[in-house]
Amino acid sequence: MKTKKMTLNRNARKNYLTYGLVIAAYAILQTMSTTGAISSSLKGMLVPICAYVVMAISLNLTVGVLGELSLGHAGFMSVGAFTGVTAAMSLQTAVPSPVLRLLIGMITGAVFAAIAGVLIGIPVLRLKGDYLAIVTLAFGEIIKSIINNLYVGVDEHGLQISILTNKLALSDNGKIIINGPMGITTIEKLSTFTAGFLLVMVTLFIVFNLVNSRSGRAIMAIRDNRIAAESVGVNIVKYRLMAFVTSAALAGASGTLFAMNYSTIIANKFDFNTSILVLVFVVLGGLGNMLGSIIAAAALTILPEALRQFADYRMLIYAIVLILVMLVTNNPTLKGYLDIAKQKLVRKKPAAQAAEGGGDNGK
Amino acid sequence: MANKVKLVPVPSQSVIPERDIDKSPILETHHLGIDFGGLVAVDDFNLTIGRTEIAGLIGPNGAGKTTIFNLLTNVYQPTRGTILLDGKSTKGMKTSQVCKMGIARTFQNIRLFSDMTVMENILVGLHDEMDYNTLSAVLRMPWFFRSERIARERAIELLSIFNMEDMADAVAGSLPYGAQRRLEILRALATNPSLLLLDEPAAGMNPSETEELMENIRRIRDMFQIAVLLIEHDMNLVMGICEGICVVNYGKVIAKGDPDQIKNDPVVIEAYLGKKGAK
Repeated sequence: MKTKKMTLNRNARKNYLTYGLVIAAYAILQTMSTTGAISSSLKGMLVPICAYVVMAISLNLTVGVLGELSLGHAGFMSVGAFTGVTAAMSLQTAVPSPVLRLLIGMITGAVFAAIAGVLIGIPVLRLKGDYLAIVTLAFGEIIKSIINNLYVGVDEHGLQISILTNKLALSDNGKIIINGPMGITTIEKLSTFTAGFLLVMVTLFIVFNLVNSRSGRAIMAIRDNRIAAESVGVNIVKYRLMAFVTSAALAGASGTLFAMNYSTIIANKFDFNTSILVLVFVVLGGLGNMLGSIIAAAALTILPEALRQFADYRMLIYAIVLILVMLVTNNPTLKGYLDIAKQKLVRKKPAAQAAEGGGDNGK
Repeated sequence: MANKVKLVPVPSQSVIPERDIDKSPILETHHLGIDFGGLVAVDDFNLTIGRTEIAGLIGPNGAGKTTIFNLLTNVYQPTRGTILLDGKSTKGMKTSQVCKMGIARTFQNIRLFSDMTVMENILVGLHDEMDYNTLSAVLRMPWFFRSERIARERAIELLSIFNMEDMADAVAGSLPYGAQRRLEILRALATNPSLLLLDEPAAGMNPSETEELMENIRRIRDMFQIAVLLIEHDMNLVMGICEGICVVNYGKVIAKGDPDQIKNDPVVIEAYLGKKGAK
């Protein structure tokens, strides 16, 4: 019984630490930005950082918890961005409150991304490993192509949609929202740092609570051993889809937040490079480690800006820093030192360690 | 021998312990068979297992024993024949549904959720015992906590069967080999089965560990009043605890009976040792 309580605490402590750090970071940055203590370029990056943090956490659900590599995560962000902005823009007169409009936008973005997640998940999740990764990559590109050829306008008759060429017959009061490859050009900047912070908190809440439940354990069981999971009665299809769709929905909400921070957004922004960038956050932060994802996403979003003084060599230095960080964090010697330090810290509570003693006898 | 029980014949050309004769058998297979391409892996496999029987499935390597386990749990869909679990056909079901109906198993090569803790492994086994849905888990409704607490208490109870409560927090993959085998059995028991399939439970164990395992299998059967069907090459274990034994070779049943009958059956001796070995 004593040991049981300890795990609960250890798990919960890490989650509370994550919540706490996010709240602290928000409080500090918010104070600094109201007092003008941070540069305007950093201030402009607060919302994208939040959006990328949500992307990283949601992708970590697919890659770290479900254990499947997805290379098309930006596709869901894109679906969320375009549907969410469309919803927010077409409700401009009906819903005067900008906060409420942003909220409706995010929910719409999440719902449509979830629908895309189901449609893509059903064929994709029949595969595993490398095959799954490549097919998600293809779906990401398909989403980009569709949105590049999508024309949406709104007038008093409601939404009008056409594909491939602009055949919208809008009335004089109507306005075009999505203009094919030009994307959306007249976005109202509704996203705020506070909205971004709240979305990060909601995302953490959903992901932590999902992972620490029977559903989350079922998802991790499938990751660790699919055949064994099935043999103890876990419905493989259901839980794989659940993880994939939750991940997609959160990416969708993040897309809306991201898009509503700019005046213009185009589908090409959410390409393969963005998917890879988010994957880099997840891998760097550690698979299944949400706090790691948050820190990696924030650090790697700021880094290119911080390196601006290197002018033309900026991206070269960025790449070198990335390589060094990956090497250092995966260095066995360094990991050894970290483990020793960790052991010294927890030696005061030997009961928790005792059970892990006989590790070398296995297999 | 302690397990000396009288076996009685039942209609499906099988034998079950006399004490189970009044109850309907937990498992019946009729003319079960599967082909892989042109290869007939299992053919005309008939077996009946009593409610509380400890049964053994033995045979030389490659005889099709694990294939039979995979058929019983619907990992493979049979080409021919029927499986009746507690009188109900499992035809067309998924492995997870068969588990819900009452068959749990362990694997020849241990398949734990190795990155999860011992406690979590058991909790996955208790998956269907918990009644909250995902939304109430995300929203942390009161019944979520209640259901989790009950499940964790149940998990500790299960771990206490093998005195493994202290290991609850250890990562399953880091456990010693014997403990991993025991955990796999407990995880299977967590699903509340009426038939437990053990695939070579004594593989890699020394004689004293095997002795302990035999005691444990008996204890589990008595405690849960379930049937156990085990595949094993260790004849001491098989002859020591199995009440009914079924011998397969080349995918076909070659003998059935109690340990003494099997030990002295010339067909069985021939299958294991070749013609010259037969007395």
